[in-house]
Amino acid sequence: MHVKDSTKSIRPFVVSAVLRNVTFSPASYASFIDLQEKLHQNVCRKRSLVAIGTHDLDTIEGPFVYEARPPEQIRFAPLNQTREMTATELMKFYEVDSHLRSYLPLIRDSPVYPVISDRNGVVLSLPPIINGNHSKISLSTKNVLIECTATDRNKATIVLDTMVTMFSQHCADPFTVEAVDVVEVDGSVSQCPELRSRMETVSAKAANSHVGIEESAERIASLLTRMSLSAELQADGDSIRVSVPPTRADVLHACDVYEDVAIAFGFNSIAKKIPETNCIGEQFVLNKLTDKLRLELAMAGFTEVLTFALCSEDDVSVKLRKPLQSAARIANPKTCDFQVARTTLLPGLLKTVSSNKNMAMPLQLFEVADVVLLDSGEDVGARNDRRLAALFYGKTAGFEVIHGILDRVMQVLAIPTQRYRVVATEDSTYFHGRCADVVVDGRKVAILGVLHPDVVTHFDLAAPCSYLELYVQALA
Amino acid sequence: MAELKERLLQILDEKGSFDTLTLAAELGVFHQKVVGGVKSLQIEENVINAEALSKKGWELTDEGKEVAKEGSHEARVFHAIPEGGIAQDELMKAFATAKIGFSKAMSSGWLEIKKGEGKPLVRRKVESIDDTVQPVLKRIEAMSFDEVSDKDKQEFKKRKLINEVAMTYYHVTKGSNFTTQLNKQETDLTAEMIASGSWKGVPFKGYNFNALGAPPPCGHLHPLLKVRAEFRQIFLEMGFTEMHTNNYIESSFWNFDALFQPQQHPARDAHDTFFVSEPANCLVLPDDYVKKVGEMHSHGGHGSQGYSYDWKLDEAKKNILRTHTTAVSARMLYRLAQEKPFKPAKYFSIDRVFRNEALDATHLAEFHQIEGVIADRNLTLGHLIGMLYAFFKKLGIHKLRFKPAYNPYTEPSMEVFSYHEGLKKWVEIGNSGVFRPEMLLPMGLPEDVRVIAWGLSLERPTMIKYGIDNIRELVGHKINLKVVYDNPICRLETD
Repeated sequence: MHVKDSTKSIRPFVVSAVLRNVTFSPASYASFIDLQEKLHQNVCRKRSLVAIGTHDLDTIEGPFVYEARPPEQIRFAPLNQTREMTATELMKFYEVDSHLRSYLPLIRDSPVYPVISDRNGVVLSLPPIINGNHSKISLSTKNVLIECTATDRNKATIVLDTMVTMFSQHCADPFTVEAVDVVEVDGSVSQCPELRSRMETVSAKAANSHVGIEESAERIASLLTRMSLSAELQADGDSIRVSVPPTRADVLHACDVYEDVAIAFGFNSIAKKIPETNCIGEQFVLNKLTDKLRLELAMAGFTEVLTFALCSEDDVSVKLRKPLQSAARIANPKTCDFQVARTTLLPGLLKTVSSNKNMAMPLQLFEVADVVLLDSGEDVGARNDRRLAALFYGKTAGFEVIHGILDRVMQVLAIPTQRYRVVATEDSTYFHGRCADVVVDGRKVAILGVLHPDVVTHFDLAAPCSYLELYVQALA
Repeated sequence: MAELKERLLQILDEKGSFDTLTLAAELGVFHQKVVGGVKSLQIEENVINAEALSKKGWELTDEGKEVAKEGSHEARVFHAIPEGGIAQDELMKAFATAKIGFSKAMSSGWLEIKKGEGKPLVRRKVESIDDTVQPVLKRIEAMSFDEVSDKDKQEFKKRKLINEVAMTYYHVTKGSNFTTQLNKQETDLTAEMIASGSWKGVPFKGYNFNALGAPPPCGHLHPLLKVRAEFRQIFLEMGFTEMHTNNYIESSFWNFDALFQPQQHPARDAHDTFFVSEPANCLVLPDDYVKKVGEMHSHGGHGSQGYSYDWKLDEAKKNILRTHTTAVSARMLYRLAQEKPFKPAKYFSIDRVFRNEALDATHLAEFHQIEGVIADRNLTLGHLIGMLYAFFKKLGIHKLRFKPAYNPYTEPSMEVFSYHEGLKKWVEIGNSGVFRPEMLLPMGLPEDVRVIAWGLSLERPTMIKYGIDNIRELVGHKINLKVVYDNPICRLETD
């Protein structure tokens, strides 16, 4: 397999191997295809890191070339089609294919597309999109060429190793694989598959200590061997040399070996022990206060709701008769319900009322929860702010009820009436002349008022409504 | 009603007995009203005896009722003809039953038709008529059946103006406790009665114990948050410290990289994670630690192979909505590692996380995660198993089973199953594991410190406990408030 320089910009790496004299049964054939798909979804990160192509070697002739050519210059009949198309045409052709169209963006905008062809110019595949029909494998295929093109060499190696180790058992000479020489751009030649295995040495004592069992070193070695990690006890009676095969790319550290010991031993057989860790528990003060305030609101006759932290932009702006104030935005919302993180609890409460219009009035709801505010003083650039919200929806606006809730909250927080001032203010969300800020020690700690009728109708409601939102963290 | 009852008692006193039908006719009162009075008297013990009897009677059909009210059809036709006569077709339209009335009127000799030029004209033949039907029907309505001849009864039955029915009436006599004075029964003790002592000797009305009492006006806590409070309690009972989880927006670094989750991992896809476009990147990260994490990913170290890829700082800086509260556990463990000498710690958190996955009946984009973490020297998998038993015992779950699982940041990892008595099968209740050394060592924790952790969702056990199938009936604004109103106190230890 000769690699050309042109691939560097789009998909630089390729590895390849051959399985000789394979006999497929319908089951193993289906499994072969299935494995490629599974690998594509996981390790290959939906073909963006690695793409696998498998071909009937008897239909093509090496040596092979891996290069990148302008799309117009690539022409072949793709898998299961008889008509030849250029790569440009193929891009359009597969746009309607529900499965393949998600991979098109991986190469679509590149001036050159990756392509593998044989010595006679027959196109094997257009990675990562589709293989050619000419070299497609079938139940009767005897010799299989596997190629993995990639943007991550390490992953490509792991993928190829996985493919061959899992299917070489179907070769006439089981568990053998034929190497392919990959000639790199600089002329160097490497052989694939690498079939990396390495040695990891673990201590039997450490294994026991991590799992919480007391097995002999010999037993541990035999447990590992049962897990297909060939293990040999060394002369010192504690060290165990473990051979990690190419099928176990997940073994990165001794702890991966310990897990296999535990699995072989049986999780359900390990004796349970209570940790002797002596710690004195502690509540997060804000949460402790929150739970107490929730109780007080319920005791005052209000019903708690739990609403979503994400909402549409309009929910916290247009519908509340305000411009959008600095809100944290979601980059990839699936629907407009997930456009921003809420900056106030009001929309959630109003939506709850809207879903319960047949309930007896008045509806008295509350919620003590977090909103999200932008804040460049925080390490991530935003912070949560705990709010207490109470809403009254009834035949009358009930402002005095909400005002009464404010007074009650102040009372249970031991803030005497002299210390908090209710100052009339104007706010577009609220009805003219029926809105006030609550100020404690010169700081605004809450806002309350009768909601503006337009706000009420924006949420599909028709009765008057009063609301209080208190900044818990300002009073904690 | 009270007056009627008194009247009936008086009549009974005078006459000794009566029957409701006759009495109704005599008093000129509807029979049903008299029956009502009798039944009301029956409530008082043995004041009267009422014997139910049945008699043949008559009642008006709907048509009969109309005739009793408006007059017979033929009479109405007669009265509908003005002085000079009226065109026949117009007469037919005068009212619904005009046609029937017309034929009857004609056969009774009340009308004549003048045919000539133009439309036939109908004129009165006699000066006046007697409506023989209406007054009879009125008598039947008043139940004065004896005043109606059998001939009329049969004829009107044929004309479908009346129906023969079986009527229930009552023959009333004095009871053993007969009295003409109906004692007014008190319903409630009052302050005045107690003050004056007038309650003595006054009969009180029976109380209906089978009806419900008056529902008290009350507020309510949300079902899911009641369960949350229980779990907080459980952790505090076990000596755990609550983590500060009030930050929904997290950097990829703390959410993924610090947990040794590689940057190419599918979970970091836009498909599963909500990326934040504002603020797009985190502003501050601990430099030295970040470098160590990058090294560990790219090249390994501390006995690890690492992931052998190019770790990028830019990727780590990307802000997201946290996908698990384990991000906060990472922050806490890092902070713990900076304190020397090492002190063991037990942390917990219960807070909201966000997943950008497909939504269905049991999955929402936002849900709550419960997490417990213990950091101490030489902890083993056996300790994790022991801890899980202790934790779930507080939920009334005594039977657990463990299955190997995979998490990028724990090794070993175990899925936890419990036996559900109701469903009669093993169900998954949580996930657990030992944090990887690749995660702990770059933080600077001593090598013999091991960290065990476990987690579960808050919604799932709540939905199982309350038999809720669709998560939207529990969380969010679509909830039916009745569910909140009626929800019982949360007792996790009982089924």
